[in-house]
Amino acid sequence: MVYGYYPGCSSHGTAKEYDISTKKVCERLGLKLEEVRDWNCCGASPAHATSEELALALPFRNLVLAEKQGLDSIMSTCSACYNRLKVAHETLKKAPEILNRMSEIVGEPYNKTLKVIHFLDLISKEFGVEKIKESVVKPLTGLKAVSYYGCLLTRPPKLVSIDPDGENPTIMEEIIEALGAESPYWSHKTECCGASFALDRTDIVLRLSNEILKAARFADADCIIVACPLCFANLDMRQSQIASKYGINYSLPVLFISELMGVAIGMGNKELGIDKHIVSAKNLLKEKDLI
Amino acid sequence: MIYQLNADVRNFGKTISKLSDVDIYTCYQCGKCTAGCPIVMEMSHTPNQIMRLIQLGLKEEVLNSLTPWLCAACETCTTRCPKGVDIAKIMDTLRILARKEGYQSKEPNVVKFNDIFLNCIKDKGRLQETHLAMVYNLKTKQFFKDADIGRKLFMKGKISLSSDKIKGTDAMKSIFERSRAFLGKGE
Ligand code: SF4
Ligand code: SF4
Repeated sequence: MVYGYYPGCSSHGTAKEYDISTKKVCERLGLKLEEVRDWNCCGASPAHATSEELALALPFRNLVLAEKQGLDSIMSTCSACYNRLKVAHETLKKAPEILNRMSEIVGEPYNKTLKVIHFLDLISKEFGVEKIKESVVKPLTGLKAVSYYGCLLTRPPKLVSIDPDGENPTIMEEIIEALGAESPYWSHKTECCGASFALDRTDIVLRLSNEILKAARFADADCIIVACPLCFANLDMRQSQIASKYGINYSLPVLFISELMGVAIGMGNKELGIDKHIVSAKNLLKEKDLI
Repeated sequence: MIYQLNADVRNFGKTISKLSDVDIYTCYQCGKCTAGCPIVMEMSHTPNQIMRLIQLGLKEEVLNSLTPWLCAACETCTTRCPKGVDIAKIMDTLRILARKEGYQSKEPNVVKFNDIFLNCIKDKGRLQETHLAMVYNLKTKQFFKDADIGRKLFMKGKISLSSDKIKGTDAMKSIFERSRAFLGKGE
């Protein structure tokens, strides 16, 4: 089975390792990815804060491209991209007049045949947790990894949630546990990191990210696992700024779920791009005998 | 401040309901949206206050409020409202309407950020984070903002200066030209 892959803009910048590790892991598991050719940015928050039609038209072009390429699914690794693609797809399914309007703007029809999924869906629902267990060669025994979902993977639940329980999702915990690690319940798994204000109101991002890191430490976590480049950027990149502002130096490694999977199925630190993090995960992985 | 209610009171509420496709009159002021909002401490009005002001037709106060500009679109309020009010959608509607009607944003940097972001997509089809950060710092005159992070990212090979441009830039241009502020309404 071939899955359409929509990498999103961050995969060519601050989340290079997410793209690298996703491709490597999928290849090892026998999940074939085919990149949507000439994909464009989903528009993220700036589009829906500025124009209702633009917010649908930008993802719409990607849906059309994927369909024309003969794909029957489109998988994003970013929660924001996933959210925008999914919202567009679901809106168009329900409202023929909006579908017509979008076809008019983009100049192409859309037959609504695609399955819009996130990387977590691909792993948990398409591949399956049982099969992950079988693929593990290096169980992550003794590692305590909290799952961080942020906002857009589950909200609004009726439209987009990758888990039936939008307020307390567990899909990521199930994957992490299948890898042999522990993923305990904690307070901040669906709290907001302020992603959309990364540059314009960095103070808000620092306050919210500090709360998340604090909660992870309180849960006695060795690391935070994320499934979104924007969550990653705020939590990994800004720890030194958080240390100077709030006086707490967490030095808490943040890992993409694809990287964690890669380690458990026997891949190396460098091969997965883990050496590109600002807060190094190397010592932790060494200490747990994983690299 | 004394507010005077007049016969037009319902007009603004009706406009917002129509543009957002959300019935704003069902809000019964329980405050649950506000209780879960991560940004409430930076806002000028809480989300439930915004809802009440809309119901009361106080257009000026709503469209001049800082609140919609600081809404992070996290959708927590929408998820939890017992009356099914899509408050995050209302916040989008308010931002779009405020700009359309020429209200000055109380958080101009948010508007600048959004514009730089969208212009980049319009020209190239994709967002280049480095480009976004550099132009934003330049336009807001904060030349050394996040320079520490920039240096670290550069060392990790995450800063690329080559442009990531798609082939369909003409399609992008026409998408931007054709798209209106509100879906088939309000033009
Ligand atoms: S949660 Fe809903 S009903 Fe309660 S105050 Fe907010 S908008 Fe109104
Ligand atoms: S969507 Fe906006 S108003 Fe609603 S909880 Fe999030 S930040 Fe607050």
